[in-house]
Amino acid sequence: MSFQATPSQTVGPYYALGLEPLYRTEIAPASAIGERVQVSGTVFDGNGIPVSDAVIEIWQADADGIYAHRDDPRSDAHDPAFQGWGRVPTDAQGRFSFITIKPGRVPGLKGTTQAPHLVALVFMRGLLRAAPTRIYFSDEATNPEDPILALVPAERRRTLIANTTGPAQYTWDVHMQGETETVFFSY
Amino acid sequence: MSDSTIDPLLGYRRAYPGSQPPYIHPPYASTVRRGPSRDPIAIPVTLSEVTGPTLDRLTLGEHAADLTAGFAGEPQGERIIVSGRVLDENGRPVRNSVVEVWQCNAAGRYLHAGDQHDAPLDPNFAGTGQVLTDEHGRYRFKTIRPGAYPWRNHYNAWRPAHIHFSLHGDGIGQRLVTQMYFPGDPLLAFDPIYNCVEDDKAKLRMVSAFDWENAVSEYALAYRFDIVLRGRKQTVWE
Ligand SMILES: [Fe+3]
Repeated sequence: MSFQATPSQTVGPYYALGLEPLYRTEIAPASAIGERVQVSGTVFDGNGIPVSDAVIEIWQADADGIYAHRDDPRSDAHDPAFQGWGRVPTDAQGRFSFITIKPGRVPGLKGTTQAPHLVALVFMRGLLRAAPTRIYFSDEATNPEDPILALVPAERRRTLIANTTGPAQYTWDVHMQGETETVFFSY
Repeated sequence: MSDSTIDPLLGYRRAYPGSQPPYIHPPYASTVRRGPSRDPIAIPVTLSEVTGPTLDRLTLGEHAADLTAGFAGEPQGERIIVSGRVLDENGRPVRNSVVEVWQCNAAGRYLHAGDQHDAPLDPNFAGTGQVLTDEHGRYRFKTIRPGAYPWRNHYNAWRPAHIHFSLHGDGIGQRLVTQMYFPGDPLLAFDPIYNCVEDDKAKLRMVSAFDWENAVSEYALAYRFDIVLRGRKQTVWE
């Protein structure tokens, strides 16, 4: 057989049938170490219409910035109560919400350190492959040092930043297109 | 030598042109307003992109790998066995990893409130399955062959028969959602979702093979579908 990657296809409108068994909107159990936060938002299409059939997957490190994965050399020390993966669907109004803990800082490349962030993959009907992005936090002083944010034109960085709206509450919207189009990455 | 050669984090191989769909493919109308319109920003991989969830300790339902079981009776349709391997581009098996599948019934109707296609629901079919790959990356499940169904993309638009597949590799950069099609389906030529991939060989990687060897005599036919996830670049001395 060929070892060339299989092409991606849309999740379609009925992804819930297959993906609902692993929905996880409470990414951190109550026993997880760290600052518990809620991130909520709405997904909008290019016409500004909320997308009711999107699903966002989240991947993040624990409160010490350690991933529960063997490729993280520090993984033996990760918080055993926290796995760091979530799957969050939008509702009929295009809204989503999840609860997690703020991750710690993760090493970057060449001696740099990244600001606390969540990796997010956006899926929906009409999207032929997942759109990878990141979520940073507006009240983190280390954002200006982040080597990935530094690669994003200054005027678009705000699309990657969840804003505090109250104690432990953040808002982060996804705009697939338009003036405030969310920054998506490739790697 | 640039310092990237001593960087311990090797990136993912890039898809060759035309082998993965673009975000915007106008024949599939929904992409026009839903696909990002600006180019993605290329970033180097960090620990955040090469790590990912370990989804091997799931408690799967008794009938998770048998979509024909768990109901009062047998579903309508042609029973099939679907099996294959999940590998990466370096030929390494993706072990103990969950494969999620979903599909419509033999009449082309999904058990979903949003599906208003005027075809019968089947009380003995939900169309949802989960299976873990084994230590060789193999998976196998039993289902019925899904029907074609109409959609509103263009006049007389019909989706070819397909099964939706969701796969997780070892790292979040390997995550893939795709669709498995059936060999010889005349609708493939007309389907803008299948044809969003430009390269003909790449397209064919989404088409399963009729699998005589795994057919079960007097019981079920079989199709084979191998899936390849992105691989990390390799160093020459590996
Ligand atoms: Fe479908």
